[in-house]
Amino acid sequence: MSDYYLNPGLAIPRAQPDGLDAEYWQGLSENKLIIQRCSSCKGWQWGPEWLCHRCHSFEMGYEEVAATGVIYSHERIWHPIHPALKDQGPYIVVLVELPQADNVRVVGNLLGDPEQPLKIGAEVTGVFEHHADSDPAYTLLQWQLA
Amino acid sequence: MSTDRTMRGKVVVAGIAETTYYKRGQSPDAEFKLALQAIMGACENAGISPKKIDGFSSYSNDRSDPSRLAAALGIDDLRFASMQWGGGGGGASGALANAASAIATGMAECVVVFRALAQGQFGRFGQGRQSKFIGGEAAQTMPYGLMSPAQMFAMKVNRFMDDHGVKQEALRAISLAAYEHAQNNPRAVMHGRPLDEEKYDNSRWIVEPFHLYDCCQENDGAAAMILVSAERAKEFDHPPCYVLSALSGSHYRAGAPVHNTPDYATSTFKTVAPRLYEMAQVKPSDVDVLQSYENFTGGVLMSVVEHGICAPEECNDFFTLENLTLAKGKMPLNTSGGNLAECYMHGLGLNVEGVRQIWGESPNQVENVNVSMVTSGPMVTPVSSCIFGSEATL
Repeated sequence: MSDYYLNPGLAIPRAQPDGLDAEYWQGLSENKLIIQRCSSCKGWQWGPEWLCHRCHSFEMGYEEVAATGVIYSHERIWHPIHPALKDQGPYIVVLVELPQADNVRVVGNLLGDPEQPLKIGAEVTGVFEHHADSDPAYTLLQWQLA
Repeated sequence: MSTDRTMRGKVVVAGIAETTYYKRGQSPDAEFKLALQAIMGACENAGISPKKIDGFSSYSNDRSDPSRLAAALGIDDLRFASMQWGGGGGGASGALANAASAIATGMAECVVVFRALAQGQFGRFGQGRQSKFIGGEAAQTMPYGLMSPAQMFAMKVNRFMDDHGVKQEALRAISLAAYEHAQNNPRAVMHGRPLDEEKYDNSRWIVEPFHLYDCCQENDGAAAMILVSAERAKEFDHPPCYVLSALSGSHYRAGAPVHNTPDYATSTFKTVAPRLYEMAQVKPSDVDVLQSYENFTGGVLMSVVEHGICAPEECNDFFTLENLTLAKGKMPLNTSGGNLAECYMHGLGLNVEGVRQIWGESPNQVENVNVSMVTSGPMVTPVSSCIFGSEATL
């Protein structure tokens, strides 16, 4: 059994060479959720972009935000389309909204019974899943019911 | 909208064609040959020489390059070569719109809209990428096992169904209607393979709420449609089929990365549909027959709602097999069998079927069709739609 939610063998996420999302991935490795916040208008933005879509400032910073949120939508996946998940069985992907950051959303898995009932609006807490044995190492942000 | 800036009634469909449709990987012919077969077929259907084509329009990064096509066909004067950006099957009616606008503005005289696919020769749509590393937006989803179109779009459909209390039976009706229509269509890959409620209910989940039969096929083949100026409408044997409107687009930040568009549970048609109807000068209640792109049934459901044909709260009553089929139906839907049961020619087959309904040549012909609508590629961005009209609509 793997220590991770999904069986091993999926593609390894890496920061982009252009630097746009480096702080996000570095943050996860340090148990922090760090996403974009405009230095000018203070609006939160995700996924990362070079420009603030509200005030058009190029001064996009990164700031830590609490890894807590609510389930905005969800799905239980049964059909494995990647060979690594051939023996996985069903698994759950959730879209988590962060009310403390202008309701931006992040994607993760919902830990626990893969056949558990799913409820939009349920409160969830982040769990940092460190893949230290990967080369290079990386961290995912998973979720569990609060 | 200024009436002197419209394509309404300025372009007609001169000819249509589809190759034999195959299950994915089973075409004996190369993809480029399939494209040529469809284009040659459309010329024959129109009764024109392939040398008269002077423009090509496609979408979704079709691999059959217009310059190579023009060389292969021996075309003297290539005037228009257009690719609709992004959006997968959301570009089908958009490619038609680009072709029609080229003709309406005098850039070209005779443009072929086409799409060719041989997924055996090239890669499959429905498989996840199997690279060792992943970056950018995909790095935020693929490591969580979210990587296929079905998985991307189920998230939207779940939210829509939860918001509006839509039941699984509404999705099932869309699938059943497609399969019922395919039984009268010898071109359909699922001809002779009917579907009933029990078979649907017992089929495996792909990703909830999509059973196997909620998902489009993957196919090989090609389709083509030739457009010319409406001034030439009487040159052809077919009754005139006018383009009343065709356009594409998407709402505010529809493409915001990692599922961050503010209006999330949508087919992306909320801004497109009103412009479509305004240009066509028709209302939703004028639409006689609808071809609505099924990547997944949930996308059809939201497309129908966002084109004003049914309110979100009415979905459970509206989406029944009876309402979506010919005899007593409120809105005959996907009358060729569509992407689910005829062929997934990336949706261009739906546009071809929309024309057939105006011409009176559908395998499931609706009576007295004047307004025939096609919606392309729900939930992607940009999406597109078109409305064909008979001579009576001008």
